[in-house]
Amino acid sequence: MTSNLASVVSARDLGLTFETGDGPVTALTGVNLDVKKGDFVSFIGPSGCGKTTFLRVIADLEKPTAGSITVNGTTPESARENRSYGYVFQAAALYPWRTIEKNIALPLEIMGYSKAEQQARIARTLDLVNLSGFGKKFPWQLSGGMQQRASIARALAFDADLLLMDEPFGALDEIVRDHLNEQLLELWDRTNKTICFVTHSIPEAVYLSTKIVVMSPRPGRVTDIIESTLPRERPLDIRETPEFLEIASRVRDGLRAGHSYDE
Amino acid sequence: MTMREKFLPVLSIVLAIVAIWYVAAVYLNAPFERDTAARAGTTITFSEIVPKTMFQERPVLPAPHQVIAEIWDTTVNKPITSKRSLVYHAWITLSATLVGFGIGTVLGILLAIGIVHNRAMDRSLMPWVIASQTIPILAIAPMIIVVLNAIGISGLLPKALISTYLSFFPIVVGMVKGLRSPEQIQLDLMHTYNASSAQTFWKLRWPASMPYLFTSLKVAIAISLVGAIVGELPTGAVAGLGARLLAGSYYGQTVQIWSALFMAAALAAVLVVIVGAAHTAVLKRMGARP
Repeated sequence: MTSNLASVVSARDLGLTFETGDGPVTALTGVNLDVKKGDFVSFIGPSGCGKTTFLRVIADLEKPTAGSITVNGTTPESARENRSYGYVFQAAALYPWRTIEKNIALPLEIMGYSKAEQQARIARTLDLVNLSGFGKKFPWQLSGGMQQRASIARALAFDADLLLMDEPFGALDEIVRDHLNEQLLELWDRTNKTICFVTHSIPEAVYLSTKIVVMSPRPGRVTDIIESTLPRERPLDIRETPEFLEIASRVRDGLRAGHSYDE
Repeated sequence: MTMREKFLPVLSIVLAIVAIWYVAAVYLNAPFERDTAARAGTTITFSEIVPKTMFQERPVLPAPHQVIAEIWDTTVNKPITSKRSLVYHAWITLSATLVGFGIGTVLGILLAIGIVHNRAMDRSLMPWVIASQTIPILAIAPMIIVVLNAIGISGLLPKALISTYLSFFPIVVGMVKGLRSPEQIQLDLMHTYNASSAQTFWKLRWPASMPYLFTSLKVAIAISLVGAIVGELPTGAVAGLGARLLAGSYYGQTVQIWSALFMAAALAAVLVVIVGAAHTAVLKRMGARP
């Protein structure tokens, strides 16, 4: 295990160019970033800024075409093979033929955990996302917010210290979203995981993060990295404090500056 | 829906068909009665013709009650071991159907797995699978029987193989689609767990393909029966529903032909219903929305 201050994710001049029928598209260019253990890092930017692509590079779902990146001190591929991260997609992506507890058991079955260990972890993670008592339900019997919580439980079930979340609450309404944001912070506090979180929403990014990465499109790049000065303990009404609004305004400025003239 | 609402439309359609059938039986069987009367040098009125057309020995179109009486006679009144029992012949055909369907299902699933997992098989095999179905089964069935007979295989297996020939096709097509039905996000999830292809297959592709498999099985079981009947035609009409059809046409036994046809239709209906029930049961166990 590396020391507490070691980078969980470290990118140097990272670039990714997709070859498409209409010629090359630069999804990411010149990304330099360090994510420290225990950080909550949000990636924010308009569509096409490469925030999801960057998350997928960390997860070894895309291969970078330039620069270098390490995850847990190794290549993304070895990190994936070591099962060192849990990934939460935009959609819950629960398997509809499995009950909620069987969905949470999916990674555990694949990684060869014993039946008893599976049961213990299912109970623990269901409790962590406040879904105890829903284990025997099928996904369609749950609301969208509950489904997304189940998919977070699935990502937490095995021992990955890094949680990659790609707009997990993007499709949910604002009230549910507030609630889940609060729960996510609490969960992060209790589990001490490192979280990389992609979002469209400025308040969400400021509320959740210790570090906010502002990105802009064409080509996808990082335009600003903001270290949050907010305390770790964050009640929902922290969003009305001047400190919060100041960070939010800096994020907004960063997003505006990143926009090209023709938009 | 009440029982009355459910059955009334079905019942009225059945009654309409029976009525049309009787009218057609009178119309088609009447010329024979007129000819008979003419040969005897007598005239015959329409009201005398009608009852006669209902009970001819070799009618052009047997009346419904004749077919029902024949089916009753050859199922209930004959021991099922008798060569004259329709149940005996139906069992012969059914056994070939089930063996052929079983082999066709396994073969179809294996081919689909190969096609989905192997690019070369996808490119090379699929055109052959499709081409196989463009050859008329009536043309190829005697060849299969003759060739297999020449190498000493006879009886149930050649007929079953004709069923297989027909039934593997919908299974391959359905299962290729079914095994490819998981969304990218579901496959990505497996990738993040570093799952092996065997794990991805058993935990994702296979369960995702179940609705496609059962839809294919319903088509496959029905055409398996057709295949078994066709396979019985060139065997010299020994046993089976196909043999009953062939013997019936040799000797002009139209009542026998129609009763064999109805038996085949009833058999197909029962088989499709059984597969349908299995479909519902499996999807229910897989948590499908009721």
